[in-house]
This record gives sequence, C-alpha cells and structure tokens, in this order.
Amino acid sequence: MYDFEYHKPSSVADAVKILAADPDARAISGGMTLLPALKLRLNKPTSVVDLSGIADLRGVKREGGKLVVGALTRHYEVATSAEVKASIPALAAMAASIGDTQVRNRGTMGGSVANNDPSADYPAALLALGATIQTDRRTISADDFFQGMFATALEAGELVTAIHIPVPEKAGYAKMKNPASRYSMAGVFVAKGPAGVRVAVNGAGNNGVFREAAMEAALSANWSADAVAGIKVDPSGMNGDIHGSAEYRAHLVTVMAKRAVVDAG
Amino acid sequence: MPQVSLTVNGTKHTVEVEARTLLVELLREKLRLTGTHVGCDTSQCGACVVHMGGDSIKSCTILAVQCEGADVTTIEGLAAADGTLHPMQEAFREYHALQCGFCTPGMVMSAIDLVNKHPDGMSEKEIREGLEGNLCRCTGYHNIVKAIAAASDVMQGRTAELTPAAAE
Repeated sequence: MYDFEYHKPSSVADAVKILAADPDARAISGGMTLLPALKLRLNKPTSVVDLSGIADLRGVKREGGKLVVGALTRHYEVATSAEVKASIPALAAMAASIGDTQVRNRGTMGGSVANNDPSADYPAALLALGATIQTDRRTISADDFFQGMFATALEAGELVTAIHIPVPEKAGYAKMKNPASRYSMAGVFVAKGPAGVRVAVNGAGNNGVFREAAMEAALSANWSADAVAGIKVDPSGMNGDIHGSAEYRAHLVTVMAKRAVVDAG
Repeated sequence: MPQVSLTVNGTKHTVEVEARTLLVELLREKLRLTGTHVGCDTSQCGACVVHMGGDSIKSCTILAVQCEGADVTTIEGLAAADGTLHPMQEAFREYHALQCGFCTPGMVMSAIDLVNKHPDGMSEKEIREGLEGNLCRCTGYHNIVKAIAAASDVMQGRTAELTPAAAE
C-alpha cells in the first residue's frame, strides 16, 4: 500500500471540505472494499478521510412509512436491527448474507451504496424498494443514483449520509452465490410497495444493477412465482466469465426471481 | 508520523505508525504479539481475526489509525494470568481442533464472538455458517465445530465443565 495522509473529521461539513480541496482524497467508511484495493495498489489517494468519527451518521430509525438508515450503519447492525426485521425482514436477511461475520462487523450500507459493485447486495434492494439516497447536498432516487458498474450519480467529493427506504407491503431476495468467492452470480430483489412492483437484479448484468421490466409487469398482474417462471431474460445484457456464461446467468435470474417471490410470500 | 493510542489485551499503548500501517502490522511488528497470523492478506482467510470492542474483525483489513481509542483483544489476551486457558482454547485442545495450527488463533477469536452473539447456543449448521470467514487449509473443520459446541455449553453455563471428547 502506498502511504497517504490520514484525516478523521468529526462532521460531514469538515469531511466534504477536505474532499473538495483535494480531488485525490478518498473517503473511508468500513474500508472493506477500499483497503483491499489500496493493498493491491489499484488506487493511490493522497489522503484518506475516515468518516467513522462523524457521530450522527449511524443507526436505523423508522420515520412514518419509511426506514432511515444512516450511511455508517454496519451490515451487522442492519441484520440484527429490530426495526429492520419488523419493517423489511428481507433487507435484514440480505444484510446477514453479505460477506462474512467480520466483514459485516465493519462494512457499511453507505459505503456499499457509494461503491456500487455490480455484485454488491444492497443496490438491488434499494432499487427494488424505490429508496432515496441522501447526500451532503441533495437527495437522489435509487433509479437515478445507480448508473452502471461502479458508477453512481455522486459528484466528486459528495458523501452519502443516509438512505431512506419506503416500507413495502412485501419484499423478498434470493441470490446464487459463487461457491468460492461467495459473491452474487445473480441476485434478485422483488418488492411490492408504494412505488409499485419492482424487480432489481445484481451480479448478473454486464453493467451493474438493473430493473427487469418484464418481470415487474408479470408480477403486477399476478404476484406468484409462476408469473415469472416462463420469462426468458435476454443474455445479451448479461455478464459472461469463467464462473458462468451469459446464458447461464440469464437463466439464473429467472430462477432467483421465482425464489425471491416465494421468499416474499 | 501519526500516533495511535489503543488498548491491547488490557494494556494501553501509544505507538507511532505510518498512516498505511495495518492493525495486524502494529500488533505483530510493533507490539510483538505474533499470535495473530497473516494468511491470505486479502480479508478472506480469517487467520488475523482479533476482537475490537467485542466484535471480531480482520486485522489485515483495518488501518492502525482507525483503531484510535479502541479496545483490542488478541489470542494472547484470552488466557488468565496464571495460564488457565479460556474455555474456547481448552475446548480446541480437548477436541484436537487443529492440525497445523496456523488458522487456530483466528478460529478461536471468531468462535468466541460467534458464541457471544448466540446466547442460546447454536446448531451445528449455525456454527459452520458462522465460520464462513475463517479457512482451515488442513480442512480440520469437524473437530473445530465440535470444540465450539462444547465450549459454548461451558461459556453459557449449560454444562459446568467441558464435555470430554469421545474416544475414537
């Protein structure tokens, strides 16, 4: 790892100021993606801005019809939060399926969302649930926020501060894990909520998380696993690699969609 | 050079480190606590697991400076001052839950966190799933799982003493 300057601001405003002054500074939350990247020298920041000293960015609360999750809330906290388990059990179960215990003890929702790894779990949940991402300067709908592989609507130096998630009537998630890396080969999150029926897919697409319109239409008409069972996903938009061809991943999306609907009940 | 102050196994330390120094490097190279191992160095194998504030974490994937003010426990901090082993260590010995021993410190630290987070005990499946972040390249998992089940009974008061391993 190359060396860098380390900053630990105690407010969002201070963090944003440091990031604005230095385009080569990087924010660190749990560091579960950034630190491995730095160790591989894939990235050479001049300074690392540790967000963990900012007190009011952590925790989950229910506000009317939505959950508000602070950006620094760790996966373990989402997985075990009584509020999440009561409001969106599929989200708690998803959090419990991320990485391993030690990763869940450090990694945060804000970090995962800002990174938008194509195999990350949360982006599919937030897209399907019609969440809104709050930053230090504005709010962005999940539809506008996720813009392809590792790409988001965030401007340079813009920080995710909270995620607002409408509580759905029903939601479910299923993923096929790569047997070695445990990353999602294809994961499908289905939700029926204030934003209608929405289906989002992670791991499988060749440009990050995406919505599956044909499945949304089918489930809007008939909320059942049978409704999506016959839908053939176009392999041309799928990722193909040594772990599975595009055709295989396209098939997996339908299988995972069926399981997600069963999971949602 | 940045300074970091933290408590390790009950002792306060203030150490000068580079910003890029990992917690595991601080533990092994500055404090000479070499019981915490580096296996893969890519956050996968779990040989470097320690506790920070009671939670198991991979010390190869956290900067030392991120541990300012933290309370860290390593494998060296488990046994009593008189050498009496922690029930998890005792169970690993009784059940021969190691072969080469390289993964053992991380396994023991992860196992203690796992038991602490499941106050009502665990099924064998839950123990196996809970060890997802720890790899044993000798594949000695069967005895590790048995040891954790036996230690959890002692740690949570279901048995007064460690159940001896069955003779084979």
